[in-house]
Amino acid sequence: MTRFLARRLLNYVVLLVLASFLTFALASWFFEPLDALLQRNPRPPQSTIDAKAAELGLDKPIPVRYLDWAAGAVRGDFGTTVTGQPVAEELWRRVGVSLRLVLIGSVVGTVVGVAVGAWGAIRQYRLSDRVITTLSLLIISAPVFVIANLLILAALNVNSVLGVQLFEYIGETSPDAVGGPWDRFVDRVQHLVLPTVTLALGSIAGYSRYQRNAMLDVLGQDFIRTARAKGLTRRRALLKHGLRTALIPMATLFAYGFGALITGAVFTEKIFGWHGVGEWWIQGITNQDTNVVVAITVLSGVAILLAGLLSDVIYAALDPRVRVGA
Amino acid sequence: MSTGFDTETVRSGVDTHRFVSRRTLVWRRFLRNRPAVVSLAVLVLLFAACWVLPPLLPYDYSRLDYTALQQPPSARHWFGTNALGQDLLAQTLRGMQKSLLIGLCVAVISTVIAATVGAVAGYFGGWRDRALMWLVDLLLVVPSFLLIAIVTPRTRGNIVWLIVLLAAFSWMISSRIVRGLTMSLREREFVVAARYMGVSDARIITRHIIPNVASILIIDTTLNVGVAVIAETGLSFLGFGVQRPDVSLGTLIADGTPSVTTFPWLFLFPAGVLVTIVLCANLIGDGLRDALDPAARPARRARGKAGRR
Repeated sequence: MTRFLARRLLNYVVLLVLASFLTFALASWFFEPLDALLQRNPRPPQSTIDAKAAELGLDKPIPVRYLDWAAGAVRGDFGTTVTGQPVAEELWRRVGVSLRLVLIGSVVGTVVGVAVGAWGAIRQYRLSDRVITTLSLLIISAPVFVIANLLILAALNVNSVLGVQLFEYIGETSPDAVGGPWDRFVDRVQHLVLPTVTLALGSIAGYSRYQRNAMLDVLGQDFIRTARAKGLTRRRALLKHGLRTALIPMATLFAYGFGALITGAVFTEKIFGWHGVGEWWIQGITNQDTNVVVAITVLSGVAILLAGLLSDVIYAALDPRVRVGA
Repeated sequence: MSTGFDTETVRSGVDTHRFVSRRTLVWRRFLRNRPAVVSLAVLVLLFAACWVLPPLLPYDYSRLDYTALQQPPSARHWFGTNALGQDLLAQTLRGMQKSLLIGLCVAVISTVIAATVGAVAGYFGGWRDRALMWLVDLLLVVPSFLLIAIVTPRTRGNIVWLIVLLAAFSWMISSRIVRGLTMSLREREFVVAARYMGVSDARIITRHIIPNVASILIIDTTLNVGVAVIAETGLSFLGFGVQRPDVSLGTLIADGTPSVTTFPWLFLFPAGVLVTIVLCANLIGDGLRDALDPAARPARRARGKAGRR
């Protein structure tokens, strides 16, 4: 087990190094951070431009720049932004914002998606199954930015019907938040609902479709009939034997779904005005800031690999056949 | 065939003279799937409309109508106008041209890459397999969306580049499915026989392997149209895809987003068209899967399985 884990981790490290180099090279090659200075009117003196270029290391070849960056990154120093602020500090502040969104979104998405899919399979071709299937197909066909806007429209109507500002759709807190910790908590939850639902809806729709198919496959198999014949109640047979077996393919799906969730978070943060990593990434590209973009790529690479590792652990927990010799 | 056999088939109700080919059979099965047929019709109509209609409209997509600024839908401007007085119907049609073209091209190109990589990795195995699958792993670790957005601002919204980039980053999962299928085909009798007869590897792949995974490839191409359209509109929405003054459904939705609560038609029409396109692609893909591969109904599950190493 230790050797298996060690090999897996080594593989991950190599992948991350290559991924960061790939992004670094692409970004350094295509970005022109001096454009902001060159297009300023009146044009700054050449010495200022040269100084900025030297500060950003543009006079060195890309591999040397990458090595400089990597030497810092190993120690947790991701360099500075174009304007000279340290990247790491800002990154950790923004990670907290994004993590809240992505974690709650993925947990809600997975759990509700699996439950809805299993429910649909048990009630195959009944009204509830048809409604679930149609809705999930619609949601899968709608990109995150469309769902977000539709939810905002719906929330606006709910707010105006109720006459209270129940849902908030700008920022993660109100700037003028007053009152004790409880009020501030309520304020945060009001801001959290719409972005989380936006992010989770896509996952719910995706997982429920796969889960329904997987569950239907399992329900037709002999061991379910055996379990029922043995005297298990319908509920026990469905949950312990049906759902557990049907969950196995979902574990793999989770690893793939997580990458899509991160991309979805970029849109969600932009539309709802959250100052998270995704929003910073858009700014990074607009400002032609290599260090910011590479740091975010590494971060999301780590997140995706961790999700992959987690999905393998879940897989092993669910399916005794793939357990690596203890 | 002997006459005796013929009478036998007549009695059993099977007419050998009218024996249907697989193609006819698949087509008939597809036609029986009503949602898929309707989607195909809608998609063809939309595709035709976005190329045929614009010249017939009184307004060009970039023309400004100063007498109608930010107007809701009316008889003159069916989809309403934006803050500059541009006709939203003309703009939406123009956006559809871009989005549909990019979606179709990306889907076809990425499937070709997926088929090549998957077949080569699965058929030869060994170092080629390891190298290619490692490349797949690498590209799956880097969120491809991020990489594309780094490059596109430099291409000044040239859609050929957009197609190339999107295709280059969307073949990975399909190639794993093709690889899995190829690995099992490689051991089958007809492939082994061909190899012993001295048929070259390239010929075996093109004549024996690819036709046998064709159904998966067709299904995948269709489903990838939806994925590619979403990816393109997403990039354009963030400002990293199609660039102004040209429009795509993504840029139109981005324009409508800030005023979604005040002037909802600016968002609703392009978004509605976008969802319709993707929904149709998905329904056609589902219909094709049921028609081509009735036994393997949950082909989507195979995707997950093939993905495991």
